[in-house]
Amino acid sequence: MEDQIVRLTSRLVVPFIQLYGIYVIVHGHLSPGGGFSGGAIFGASLVLIAVSFNLEAGAKQVSPQSASILESGGALGFALTGLAAVVMGGSYLANRAAGFPIGVTGDLFSSGAIFIITLFLGAKVASTIVTLFYNIIEGEKKDGTPEKHSG
Amino acid sequence: MTEILNILLLLFLVICALGVAWIRDLLSAIILFSSFGLIMAIIWQQLSAPDVAMVEAALGTGVTTLLLIAAISKTRRAE
Repeated sequence: MEDQIVRLTSRLVVPFIQLYGIYVIVHGHLSPGGGFSGGAIFGASLVLIAVSFNLEAGAKQVSPQSASILESGGALGFALTGLAAVVMGGSYLANRAAGFPIGVTGDLFSSGAIFIITLFLGAKVASTIVTLFYNIIEGEKKDGTPEKHSG
Repeated sequence: MTEILNILLLLFLVICALGVAWIRDLLSAIILFSSFGLIMAIIWQQLSAPDVAMVEAALGTGVTTLLLIAAISKTRRAE
């Protein structure tokens, strides 16, 4: 499916969607939204590229392999941030009690561990959406190898 | 003024939901479903839940539509 209008529009719009997704992730502790909402917006922009151009252009942005690595890494980072609080002397996922620096309320870096956790959560949700899309569009044969499909 | 907007939104929501159930063409049903999600996002915003509205707009309108279209491209378009 080759459509000039759709391709041009998505090429113009995708950077702004991604910027907005990053904004929502980073300001998760100040404004509505957070890791899940921002990650969903960011992941939707990556899927939009794959739909409006082709699967190769989408895979150039985030390949399915790196998406699955990012997905596991996000969950791992979440757990390790929680464990870091234990190492620093608090309970699991403790924030101020474990000694994470809390800035002035209202600033961007004013939430200690929540900021790091939200970043990992956003990466995980975005890559999960990309992986979901590629799993549906490519499918799997009986022996588990990905099936060739032009989409 | 907001009352009228809310009533119109809810009316359109019901029409979209009925349309999804009634229409025979699956691609048209998906497009109606995505407009259902978009109206639902505005209604969440009207109900003072901007967090849910954001997720509904991104997932309910964007990703769900794309996943359903991907599913249609693997199967048949007619019901």
